[in-house]
Amino acid sequence: MRLICGANGGNMDRRKFILGSTSALTGGLFLPGIVGSATAQDLPAGAVASGILDALPGKRPLIKRSFRPPNYETPVSYFREAFTPNDAFYVRWHSAVPDVALADWRLRISGPGVKSEREFTHDTLRRKFKSAEVAAVNQCSGNRRGLFNPHVAGVQWGFGAMGNAVWSGVRLKDVLEDAGLTASALEVVGNGADAPTLTGPDFVKSLPMWKALDPDTLIAFEMNGEPLPTWNGAPARLVAPGWTATYWIKALADLTVTDKPFEGFWMKTAYRVPKGMFGASGFESQDTEQNSPITAIKVNSLVVDPAPGAVLERGKRIEVLGIAWDGGSGIRGIEVSLDGGKTWRDAKLQRDLGRYSWRQWRYAIKPEQAGAMTLMARAHARDGSTQTDTLVHNPAGYHHNVVQKVDYHVA
Amino acid sequence: MSHKHAVRRAVTSVMLAASIATAAADESSIRLTEDAGLPQVQASCSMCHSLDYILMNSPFQDKAAWEKTVNKMVKVMGAPMTADDVAAVVAYLDTHYGKGAPAAP
Repeated sequence: MRLICGANGGNMDRRKFILGSTSALTGGLFLPGIVGSATAQDLPAGAVASGILDALPGKRPLIKRSFRPPNYETPVSYFREAFTPNDAFYVRWHSAVPDVALADWRLRISGPGVKSEREFTHDTLRRKFKSAEVAAVNQCSGNRRGLFNPHVAGVQWGFGAMGNAVWSGVRLKDVLEDAGLTASALEVVGNGADAPTLTGPDFVKSLPMWKALDPDTLIAFEMNGEPLPTWNGAPARLVAPGWTATYWIKALADLTVTDKPFEGFWMKTAYRVPKGMFGASGFESQDTEQNSPITAIKVNSLVVDPAPGAVLERGKRIEVLGIAWDGGSGIRGIEVSLDGGKTWRDAKLQRDLGRYSWRQWRYAIKPEQAGAMTLMARAHARDGSTQTDTLVHNPAGYHHNVVQKVDYHVA
Repeated sequence: MSHKHAVRRAVTSVMLAASIATAAADESSIRLTEDAGLPQVQASCSMCHSLDYILMNSPFQDKAAWEKTVNKMVKVMGAPMTADDVAAVVAYLDTHYGKGAPAAP
């Protein structure tokens, strides 16, 4: 096994740009002072300064949050596409990235919750089980953490620790049922080939049985029709649609079906939200009296184009493009306000690509008055939930789904 | 299980070797404020992660918050730091990257 260590490797001529040069990518016009990023004013100053554009091998320039382990977010301009290109898809690791060859890859299934242990190669797994695919948003639990006010410690993500892709592989359900589940099976614990640098806790996560047995929960080998990039979990990763990406174990190596709640650090201590703050977790075996594991993604939306800070031509009709998504109930509607939230009008929803996919939306505007203009967008999910007007502050910086206010300048 | 553990150990040692061998390539672009406390920060923190974690998380953490972060690195992540090392690193972080410190370069 080879390991790709962060952004190292001695390739000194990799393309590097300062964040300000994203205007070249988005093709928009920007006002001086707010060049480059919607988040520049809201992120911690140190995150703005160190958030350079940097290309990992095989990736387009992304916004570097940390070199080692590699944490890189996708510039919002790539979200113009319904599915995020693999080479623009964000990268998030807790430790060095394992590089496991497909030919060497093995998946072991064991634990007190299965009747018989199994081990598969890629060939035996693909031959034995029917292929399945799902279009789904993959969003880091900490997406938008950098926008928290007051700030909280952690990777200071802006809007781009997320992406939308078609994931394909086999159903986790089929594999588990092949091993046979015992009556006591409680959680499915996924472990990847990555390992902590020192003696810290290995990154291991569990799913409740109902989520593991959901026909949309996959062991995926491909995204958008291509093999997973190493940066995104090759050869195989779990896909838990609707749940935050912490459960989508990359470089998957082991599945253990337990009859007790899994007690690893990354379940029991990290990735938690205060009990009741965001509703029921759906993961009762991991709830405590104080807190719950973060689970389903909250309804959210994002204005993609024109970029915040763009100069709009007075009297010219343009279409605003955005996206909206939730934890899998699907998007019922998007409303836009141009008067600070006093009145709202429906945006036009684009094609439905599946309830776990984001939904693109468009809204035509024709600015008539020169000067500042603010656009707000608010998504409504089919489960009745909507975005919050103010931040629900929590210690780890999760579930930022505050209604976005995008400033333009009309000239 | 023993096979798995052997593989994990091998992975860990390869990773340590690789990260020590190549740690400077792109991280070398990261500039932290020079002072007498910097060598300890470099020695302790960059064992596991690039130092842009410090820049990124500034300047909004007060001394107690930095102390909590460094203690987590020792107690949870296994950073081999003495109490003196912890004190030196926390003092450096608070002075240069603490709440109200000048914005990072």
